Amino acid sequence: MLVPLTYARPVHWGEHGTKPALIKYIFRRILLLIPILLGVTVIVFGIMFLTPGDAAILMLGENAPQAELEALRERLGLNEPAYVQYGLWLSRAVQLDFGRSIRSGRPVTGEITARLPATIELALLATLLSIVIGVPLGVLSATRPNTAVDHSATVLAFGGLAMPVFWQGLIMILLFALVLDWLPPSGKLGGWQYYVLPTITLGTSAIAAITRMTRATMLETLSQDYVRTARSKGVRERSITYRHALRNAMIPIVTVIGLQFGALLSGAVITETIFSWPGIGRLAIDAIRSKDFPVVQGVVMFFALMYAVVNLLTDILYAYLDPRLKTRYS
Amino acid sequence: MAATTKVVPQRRRSWFALMRSSPRTAIGAIVLVVIVLAAVFAEAISPYPPNQQNLRNRLQPPSAEHLLGTDQFGRDVLSRIIFGGRVSLQVGFIAVGIALAVGGLMGLVAAFYGRWIDSAVSFLVDVLLALPGFLLALAIVAALGPSLVNVMIAVGIANVPQFARITRSAVLQVIEMDFVTAAQAAGSRDQRIMFRHVVPNSLSPVIVQVTLSLAGAILAAAGLSFLGLGAQPPTAEWGSMLNAARPYIRDAHWAVTFPGIAIVVTVLALNMVGDGLRDALDPRRRD
Repeated sequence: MLVPLTYARPVHWGEHGTKPALIKYIFRRILLLIPILLGVTVIVFGIMFLTPGDAAILMLGENAPQAELEALRERLGLNEPAYVQYGLWLSRAVQLDFGRSIRSGRPVTGEITARLPATIELALLATLLSIVIGVPLGVLSATRPNTAVDHSATVLAFGGLAMPVFWQGLIMILLFALVLDWLPPSGKLGGWQYYVLPTITLGTSAIAAITRMTRATMLETLSQDYVRTARSKGVRERSITYRHALRNAMIPIVTVIGLQFGALLSGAVITETIFSWPGIGRLAIDAIRSKDFPVVQGVVMFFALMYAVVNLLTDILYAYLDPRLKTRYS
Repeated sequence: MAATTKVVPQRRRSWFALMRSSPRTAIGAIVLVVIVLAAVFAEAISPYPPNQQNLRNRLQPPSAEHLLGTDQFGRDVLSRIIFGGRVSLQVGFIAVGIALAVGGLMGLVAAFYGRWIDSAVSFLVDVLLALPGFLLALAIVAALGPSLVNVMIAVGIANVPQFARITRSAVLQVIEMDFVTAAQAAGSRDQRIMFRHVVPNSLSPVIVQVTLSLAGAILAAAGLSFLGLGAQPPTAEWGSMLNAARPYIRDAHWAVTFPGIAIVVTVLALNMVGDGLRDALDPRRRD
């Protein structure tokens, strides 16, 4: 819910002794994160533990001799009770050791870190695109309510939210790669051309969400008293929109950008699959298909970590933008 | 206190009034009714059985015989879309039903009893929210194995936290009200207070969430089926239709285009109705 804001400019670090308060706040947020991530490890381990099928058979094949299977079970600790297995798994997982891939035999963490940059690249580009398009479009919409511009932006936003990533990706490939032959249909062989379609596909729903949020909060801030005051003082409309209104509308917009990152991670799984993008999303799908559970566990934990870090950054930015939050924790 | 208390909607508008004041909601509702009717009467209205193959008629473009063309097995795309709607709606409703039952109960109990129960539920919700919904559903399906039933369970669980949160906050507002205190003072049992007084008055935000979650659940389920983790061939399901037709996109784009449009239209209609309901039921958003 939007709270009315009455200040016009965010207070900067160090001013009025706010720095210690912010650091205290960040520290507290990190501490709160630990039990949550521990909870996630229980879920991730639990899901794979409850999975029907024997990991030893998955690794050695169904025709492996009984003695070998038994030796492997013993080595992997599969004969131990669940809580012992979890403890063993957790003690390695906190060191980012998720074991070895069943399929490739290589360490899971190595497989993930090799592909992580491609995913982060795509997610950052999509985030950037969604901010660069979504915020101005929302502002334009809010400053000209009920005009053709506003209606078009609303239609675009509704459409963007309803469009499944996988369908949009296929249609973009059809149109821009197969029919028009402007861009490559898939892969990542270097060159900006390979980034265009995946970035737009992944960014579309975020553009829609940010446009709608910007429009709603801008409409609300533009009706505030301080905007009316600025207007009556003769401040130029442009300055009112960007210096007075948008700055105050930024807090909910930042929140929605942070929330959208979660949607981007989900979208990355599908986008990477469609465009054969060598990131961890595609790694996850390949691992699920081949029942490579150590990799699935590792990727899910990495996704949770990335999501947690982004949420943390969002909260910190939020506290930085809203001095009232800082005073609460000082 | 014999009757159920109903206090919140002082100016509750009828469905008809809502539709008249918001054309967007009306359009969404009409489209939704058409989609639901098509799914219910699929056998009667679809021109062909959904799985009837005709290999001599593969990948035919839209024509008078096959309005939306045929797929790689010569099956009628329109018929498969109509039957696919049945599957998608079913998956959506069951998944949201699971989320509503589990999440709603968690939120209700947490808000009503407070203290350690509230802390435990809130912690569980935070843990489930530590993964984006689709990824949580993906992880669950990965463990349970690919099937439509598992997709329903997975998408349902992934939606639990939203319902737990919304119910909790709605119930927290209601239990502060005088009639709840009165019922407690009159010696009503907890269960009676919860289900006769608190639940009926906490429904508005939950109803809005049901509509919006339905849209999300249909998208997520289609996404999982597209990845090959949901509906298995030859079941007609929008996501798996897209996945199966993908290799033929260059020569037969209609087998990809039309199932996608079906998803977009359904989700759009649900979002439009959900937004309209939210505006109508939330007094703060009312004009």
